[in-house]
Amino acid sequence: MPSDSGTGATTLAAGFGGLDALELAPPPAGRRVTARKVWSVIWPKLAAIAIVFVIWEAVHLTGWKKWVLPGPGVAMSNLWAQARTALLWHAIATTLERAVIGFALAMLIGSVVGALVSRNRPLRSAVGSLLTGLQTMPSIAWFPFAIIFFGLNTAAILFVVVLGAAPSIANGLIAGVDYTPPLLLKAGTMMGLRRVSLYRFLILPASLPTYVAGLKQGWAFAWRSLMAGELLVLIANQPSIGVLLSNYQDQSDMPSVVAIMIVILVIGLVVDSAFGAADKAIRKRWGLV
Amino acid sequence: MARTSAGTSAGTLAGTLAGTSASSTATKESAAVTLAGVSKVYGRGPAAVRALDQVSLDAAPGEFVCLIGASGCGKSTLLSLVAGLDEPTGGQIDVGGRVGLMFQEPGLFPWLTAAGNIELALRARGMGASGRARAAGGQRAGQLRAGQQRAGQQRAGQQRAGQQRAGGRGIGRALTRAERKARAQELLEAVHLGGFGGKRPHELSGGMRQRVALARALAQEADVLLMDEPFGALDAMTRDLLHDELDRIREGRELTVLFVTHNVREAVRLGDRVVLLSSRPGRVLAEYPVPIERPRRIDSAPVSQLAATITDRLREEVSRHAQ
Repeated sequence: MPSDSGTGATTLAAGFGGLDALELAPPPAGRRVTARKVWSVIWPKLAAIAIVFVIWEAVHLTGWKKWVLPGPGVAMSNLWAQARTALLWHAIATTLERAVIGFALAMLIGSVVGALVSRNRPLRSAVGSLLTGLQTMPSIAWFPFAIIFFGLNTAAILFVVVLGAAPSIANGLIAGVDYTPPLLLKAGTMMGLRRVSLYRFLILPASLPTYVAGLKQGWAFAWRSLMAGELLVLIANQPSIGVLLSNYQDQSDMPSVVAIMIVILVIGLVVDSAFGAADKAIRKRWGLV
Repeated sequence: MARTSAGTSAGTLAGTLAGTSASSTATKESAAVTLAGVSKVYGRGPAAVRALDQVSLDAAPGEFVCLIGASGCGKSTLLSLVAGLDEPTGGQIDVGGRVGLMFQEPGLFPWLTAAGNIELALRARGMGASGRARAAGGQRAGQLRAGQQRAGQQRAGQQRAGQQRAGGRGIGRALTRAERKARAQELLEAVHLGGFGGKRPHELSGGMRQRVALARALAQEADVLLMDEPFGALDAMTRDLLHDELDRIREGRELTVLFVTHNVREAVRLGDRVVLLSSRPGRVLAEYPVPIERPRRIDSAPVSQLAATITDRLREEVSRHAQ
C-alpha cells in the first residue's frame, strides 16, 4: 500500500484485514446447479399441473356435458396434432410479432410519459390520476373506438395493446422515481450530481426494480388486450391465435379451442416468468433478497 | 495538487476584490467554515420548532471540530445547513471550498460496485461544484449568492467563498475513464480495501461500507468534510480502527472536519476542539479545546478525564429539561 508508512499504518492495515476477514461471511460452498436442485424447483409445478389434469379428467369421467367438454387426453392430442401443422406456428408468429411491437411501443411511450410526469409537478397532478384511470379501464372498452378510428386492421389492435400496457409502465417508473431513497439523493447531490446527471446516474438506476415490476404488469395487460383485440378484429388472410380461436368457436370444435387456450396460457406464463427472472436477478445484484 | 493552487489563487483574488474590508475580518478570512448567528426554524406559527438559535462557530482550515449535544440540539440540522442541503432561516454560513458529507448510513449506490461508487463520485466532481456561500435573514439568499459584483458591500468571507467556488469548478477537469479507475483503486487502498473494489455494497460488512463511503467522500476532493455520526452504527472495535484511519488520512492534507457525535469520548479522541450544543433550541453552550497529543487512544487517561468534564456539563444541560 503506497500511502502507508511506519508501523502504525501497518498494524492498522493488519487490524482492518483481520476484522474484514472475520466479518465477511465465508464464500458460499460451490453453487453448482445439481439435478437435485433443479428437480426441487420443478416438481411442485409438475405436481400442480398433474392435479389440474386429474380434476379435469375426473369431471370429464362424470359425463357432465360430455358432448361439449373434452377430456385432457383429447385436448392434448389435438394440441399435438395442431403443433405439427404450419398453421399454428404461423398464427403464433403473427401474434407474437404484434405482442413485441405493441409492447415495445408501450414501453417507449410509457417510459417517456413516466419520465416527464415524474419530473414535472403540474404535469403530475394533471396526468397522474388520468394514468391510474386508464390503467383500471378494461381495454376491451377501447375497441369500438379503435375499430371506428383505425378500421379492422393491426393498427386498431396495437392501439389498444399500447393503451393497456403503457399506463402500468409509466406508473412503475413514477413509483420508482418517487421511492428513490432520500439518503441516496442527499449523497448524489453532495457528489455534485444535478438535474440530468442526477437522473441518469441516480434516479433512473434506483427506480429500476420498480420499473421492471411495472413492465411485468404492463406485459400482463398487453397480453390480455392483444387476445381481446385478435378476437374482435379479425383480419382476413392473416392467421393469428385469436383468428384460430374464433374459427374453432364457429365450428364448435371444443378440443381445438381448449388446445389454443393452453397455447395462450403457456406463452403468457413463459414471458411473465422471464420478467420475474429479470426482477429476481436485479434484486439479487442489489442485495435485496 | 490542483485543489491547493485553486484555493490559493481564490484567496488572493478575494483579498484584492474585498479591499479594505478584508483586514477587518482577518480571522474569518482564514476560516474554512464560518457560521454567524445561524438560526433554523421548522414550520410556522405556534407549531414552529426552533432547531438552531443564533449559532456562531468557526472552523480553521485543517481543524477537526466535534459537535456534541443531547437529543434535539440540532446537530444534524447544522450539518445539512453547512452542506447546503437546507437553507438557514437566519444568519450566514460561509464555506471555503468543496464540501463532502458522510452519514451514519453509508448511502452507497447498491447497483454499483465499491469501485464503481467511487468512480461515479470522481466523475460527478466535474459536473457541479458543491462549495457554496449562502446567507439568509433579512436579505434574500439569492441576492447574496456569491460571484455577484458586490465586492465593496458584502463581507469578505462571502467573496472568498464565491471565488473559491469558481476555482472549484477549475479542478473539475474531467478525468478519463482510466484515470478514474486508477484513482478509485488508490482511494480504496487508502482505506485498506484494495482487494474489494469489485464487491457490491451488500457483500461488504458495515464497517467496510463506511470505509467505502469515506473513500467516496475523499474522492470529491472535499476541503471540508461533514460527518454526521458516521461511526454510530458500528461496533467498538471497528470504530477504534476507523478513528486511527481518520487520523492517518488527515495526515499531510488540510482537511477541515465537522464531526457530529453523541459519544463524548469519541469527540475527545478525534477533535482539536469539542463544541457542546444545548438542546431545544440548539445553541453553542461551551467549547473545549483538546490539548492532548496525537496519537491518542480512546481509553487513555487524558481522553477520559476531559470526556468526564464534558459529560458532566452535558448532564447538567439535559437535567435542565426535566419537569
